[in-house]
Amino acid sequence: MRFRKTFAGAALCALIALLGCGQKRQSVTLAGSTAFQPFAEKLAGQFMQANPEINVTVQGGGSAVGIQSTLSQAADIGMADLVELPEEARNLVAIEVARDGIAIVVNPNNPVAGLTSQQVRDIFSGTVSNWKQVGGDDRPITVVSREAGSGTRSSFEQILGNISLTKEALIQDSNGTIRETVANDANAVGYLSHGLINDKIKPVKVDGADCTTPEIMAGRYKLVRPVYLLTLEPPAGAIKQVLDYMLSSEAQATIDGCGLIPVKH
Amino acid sequence: MKLLGERGVQRLLAGIAFSAISALLLIALFIIKEGLPFIIGYGPAKFLLASDWNPQLGRFGIWPMIVASVWVTLGAMLVGAPLGVACAAYLTEFVPRRVMGVVKPTIELLAGIPSVVYGFIGVMVLAPLIRSSLGGPGLSVLAGAAILGVMILPTIISISIDSIQAVPNSYREGSLALGATRWQTTYMVTIPAAKSGIIASIILGMGRAIGETMAVIMVAGNAVKIPGSPLDSVRTLTANIALEMGYATGRHREALFATGVVLLVIIMILNSLAGMAIRKRAAKR
Repeated sequence: MRFRKTFAGAALCALIALLGCGQKRQSVTLAGSTAFQPFAEKLAGQFMQANPEINVTVQGGGSAVGIQSTLSQAADIGMADLVELPEEARNLVAIEVARDGIAIVVNPNNPVAGLTSQQVRDIFSGTVSNWKQVGGDDRPITVVSREAGSGTRSSFEQILGNISLTKEALIQDSNGTIRETVANDANAVGYLSHGLINDKIKPVKVDGADCTTPEIMAGRYKLVRPVYLLTLEPPAGAIKQVLDYMLSSEAQATIDGCGLIPVKH
Repeated sequence: MKLLGERGVQRLLAGIAFSAISALLLIALFIIKEGLPFIIGYGPAKFLLASDWNPQLGRFGIWPMIVASVWVTLGAMLVGAPLGVACAAYLTEFVPRRVMGVVKPTIELLAGIPSVVYGFIGVMVLAPLIRSSLGGPGLSVLAGAAILGVMILPTIISISIDSIQAVPNSYREGSLALGATRWQTTYMVTIPAAKSGIIASIILGMGRAIGETMAVIMVAGNAVKIPGSPLDSVRTLTANIALEMGYATGRHREALFATGVVLLVIIMILNSLAGMAIRKRAAKR
């Protein structure tokens, strides 16, 4: 019995300590886009080193989750990488923090080096189904796309316009599996965030422009989407501190170094 | 222990046992509550038989997914059932007990391999092989069926072994005494006698195949279309839920729960068929 009392006492003390701790440290939660999540985590780490009194938590879930959780106040800051924010997000405060290019990628063995945006549209809509029709070998095209609801997919389709994805398209559920599928299939074409290009896949020129940071900043490469940070009300206090940090030259340099395109330079 | 006493422990255990059952019940009720209103509101016929799945445009027809699940599962049966039953018959009838004591646990180890590992092997080995030797995108019905066929082997083999072993020895002795060879005895006497148990094992294997998600997402390609050949890419019911769950809100989310209802009904039918087959065997004895 004595043991139990001691235990209960200890538990109570721990609880009070925890509560006290929670009051002293402010906490800011970010949630949303899985494409921006790794960058946000890195930036949050840097921010917390400079501001130990504020605790920043980063969660994924996707752009739709970012918008929903900002509206429901489950998160203080939502992350969304969409060309056009949906209707329900119109009243949120949106700050553009970075930009992300969408690269059209093929297998390195594919001789095709460039496509026009019309050709990309035709390939993904299924009206062009052989590489021969766009200047390649006589092989069928395997279209690889993302699942419905993906921010990358909706941005891709909105920028190019008029794509109703062919029913033949393979669907992969992340940037990483798109890369694997295209790397393994000589006939495949897919699209992914340009920060994730490696030597197993080959990005093609779109309308003559390479998918590189300088071409995107010069406005010649068209397949670009913004990364937004969303808040329910005009930012204040700790939330404002976090947002200000994201736009600071230090954070923007980190974004640049990791393969995204900074908004300020 | 004194604190609880005999009756106390008994109540505690009963409570734990019922909490497991009530978890199952709650899950089923939750899925039905979320999914059924959508099916009724959207129209059961339109939901089940339309072949157009486009959540952004508000079109929710899951017929291609139903067909895909059936194709992949039947394909897995074609791979898994003959292999599994043959393996079970060989292990019980033709091999000394000692060898069986080594081989059976090894086969059961197959069940312990996580499905993502099966999927990974499918993506890295099987799909490229299919693509280079048979054509098509490689991620296909065939790849899914082959991987699932192997995944359900432990289920089929261990239940089949149990039911073949349960056949009384007098059956075998009678047959051998009449001059039948060992093989004739096996396929004309033992296997027919164990038939209901073997059928139950195959149905349970089917339940596992139709419910498998991770491996199928990885190897089947997930294109929403009715497959024209085994080399076409397909999306199963389970893959549809898992792929789009993360983003779905509103009606889209309800439609995914409704897909879950369809899956739940299919698996419940399969399990009760298996249960019926097992009871039939019990009644015969």
